[in-house]
Amino acid sequence: MSTNLSKPAAGASGGAADLSEDTACVEGTNTEGATNIEGTADREGVARVEGAADREGATMTGAQAVIASLEAEGVELVFGYPGGQAIRMYDALYDSVRITHVLARHEQGAVHEADGYARATGKVGVVMVTSGPGATNTVTGIATAYMDSVPLVVITGQVPRAVIGTDAFQESDIVGITMPVVKHSYLLQSTEELTRTFHEAFHIAKTGRPGPVLIDVPSDLAAEDMVFHYPTAINLPSYRPTYKGNAKQVRQAAERIRRAQRPVLYVGGGAIISNAADELRELAELVQIPVVSTLMGKGAFPASHELSLGPIGMHGSKYGNMALTESDLVIACGVRFSDRVTGRLSGFAPRAQLIHIDIDPAEIGKVRDPEIPIVGDLKGILAAIVTDLRKQGFEPSTGPWVCQVSEWRERWPLYHPGLGDDPAQIVPEVVMRRLSEKLDPYSSIVVTEVGQHQMWAAQNIMREVPRSFLSSGGLGTMGFGFPAAIGAAFGCPDKTVVCVAGDGSLQMNSQEMATAAINRVPVKVLVMDNRCLGMVCQWQKLFYQGRYAHTLLSDIPDFVKLAQAYEWDAEGVSSPDQLDAALDRMLAAPGPYLLNVRIARDQNVYPMVAPGAAIDNSFGEIDVEEGAVRVARCEQEAIGGAR
Amino acid sequence: MRHVLSVLVENKPGVLSRVTGLISRRGFNIESLTVGPTEDATMSRVTAIVSADELAYEQITKQLHKLISVHKISDLTNDAAIERELVLFKVCAAPDRRGEIIEIANVFRAKIVDVGGSSLTIEATGDENKLRGMEDLFRAYGIKEIIRTGKIAMSRNSKEA
Repeated sequence: MSTNLSKPAAGASGGAADLSEDTACVEGTNTEGATNIEGTADREGVARVEGAADREGATMTGAQAVIASLEAEGVELVFGYPGGQAIRMYDALYDSVRITHVLARHEQGAVHEADGYARATGKVGVVMVTSGPGATNTVTGIATAYMDSVPLVVITGQVPRAVIGTDAFQESDIVGITMPVVKHSYLLQSTEELTRTFHEAFHIAKTGRPGPVLIDVPSDLAAEDMVFHYPTAINLPSYRPTYKGNAKQVRQAAERIRRAQRPVLYVGGGAIISNAADELRELAELVQIPVVSTLMGKGAFPASHELSLGPIGMHGSKYGNMALTESDLVIACGVRFSDRVTGRLSGFAPRAQLIHIDIDPAEIGKVRDPEIPIVGDLKGILAAIVTDLRKQGFEPSTGPWVCQVSEWRERWPLYHPGLGDDPAQIVPEVVMRRLSEKLDPYSSIVVTEVGQHQMWAAQNIMREVPRSFLSSGGLGTMGFGFPAAIGAAFGCPDKTVVCVAGDGSLQMNSQEMATAAINRVPVKVLVMDNRCLGMVCQWQKLFYQGRYAHTLLSDIPDFVKLAQAYEWDAEGVSSPDQLDAALDRMLAAPGPYLLNVRIARDQNVYPMVAPGAAIDNSFGEIDVEEGAVRVARCEQEAIGGAR
Repeated sequence: MRHVLSVLVENKPGVLSRVTGLISRRGFNIESLTVGPTEDATMSRVTAIVSADELAYEQITKQLHKLISVHKISDLTNDAAIERELVLFKVCAAPDRRGEIIEIANVFRAKIVDVGGSSLTIEATGDENKLRGMEDLFRAYGIKEIIRTGKIAMSRNSKEA
């Protein structure tokens, strides 16, 4: 049982066990444990790496230059997994006193951990793995980060240059494999380009629309001697993201907002990346504009704010979806009009003109042509719009509209106590709401896996600040949440990190329980255990005549025992009266903790918009005017089989 | 609609693959593709012909712009551009018909580059109409093989393409 929190890593017994396990993998040696101990650089004959500045002009190997480059970029944490072609880089990392290495138990876990770290902190997440299977195991993690615009630098070992292309042992063309899912990638060809490549990679990953960048490092290059010079400037003439919005378009936007009667701010992940929460709130309050949020935008606008209309789309609130449908002006802020948000496109905000603000010009007009497009950094553009509105004078005229959406919010609440609650069963919405009440929204991070629990969390957990709700939005990666929570906990050690998981998703990367245990990461895992792939079951129930093709899981594994096998504290609850105390125990636990909450198999996420339907055409929402019952589905509206 | 895309890219390994991968990933067939160095040794020019409607074409160019290795994209679809292609025709030519074929080649200002016992190889450059015209005429004699380089294009006006 791991209760010692304060001291990171270096568990003696854990270390020994690891070594014997990891030798099974390639000829690679494992340096876990020792990498986290201070003072490893005291070993004889090893130069102490104090940072790039003192290394300027020094002769070193390519591998040492990789680590010195990471230090020059201010990297403090690397998530990874060693192996044959990465040994030299790991050997150099062994000497670094600035960089802590976190040994994952699977390369996919390492990438999600770095991703969670990046989402929680806004810094670049760094991953280091070996060639071949080590590299290919990162693909899902890279694709996840790409879809959600998360800055990562992924360093992969590669076979020596002379044997690239010969199907050498543990060779994979990782640059080719990942090409569609990286912002940019490099196959290092010579030591001369090493430091410039690393500097560019970090620059590209974190600027403009952020994304993952991969650097493939052949192992012979890592062995070559070179003189270390870290560049200070970036010379990328073909990469110049637009930050400042076009002044004329900003003026037009302000003018249009001034005339709007029923405006809605449609806010996505871009608002969080751009750090635009303050400006967003200022604009919303100044003009009195209701704010709806995508899954990725959750936290950009305070949930407790009277103008907040919460989530939208397939499982969004009826009132949020109605606001979009009735709106005359949608101000889209860092969103990409995902099909999970828009539903049938012709039914999405059909009466509205569109102002679309995004730093990525390719997002503008991709799905819907805006009347006023603005390319640039959201934060500055919103500030400029507010300045323009203030300068030209402004009389808010949206009073009736705000009253209208408030009425809708009263009429169709996302949850109504007692509704359909079986007193013998734990109600999923209640679990989320009780958790939400117990968490301080300013000092906690909720990370989700993917599925029904993700939607329940998005609907019911109140978030007030950016970077406090992390979820795989675009790719919908089951197995993302738990390792991402570990990464978030590494990045924000002063915050409570809770992973809301499903029993299906958790099994996709449960091996990372070892990573959390050995590093004493006090992550809390709340399993919404319905013993099935709930979201797919829900679709099968609604659209496939209840044919539960391969979606029913079982009581295996016993998650409590599984967690205990990794020396976690864990417990399970199955009746509503146990829930509160169990949540309290989970949140009070000093170390990693798993709480398995058994819920009924047949619970659905409501409201729901059938695939292919317009977003105001939902079913299952609670209608208070009808006596607080869930609105039944109108059969012909559902389009079964559509994605 | 057919589009002639002229893409100025970094002259580095893998860049062509990034450009063509991006186009094909979105489901568009590349009808013609050429790549070669430019006046600047660090740059290459990719000329690609793709068929796509306006919306899809706009997405392709915007996405291409996002590639770090892409410097500039020009659309040379309109008439203000010069399009050229080089074609080698291997035409069936019995000795008694060689004269006719050579005459046709001369009319099109094409060159005879190889003479065999039963065939002639003709090198021709030009735009699509001219080359199609030659091909139609040679077909009457029987064409053994056609090899095309793919089209290159350059804007006519002084504006840099």
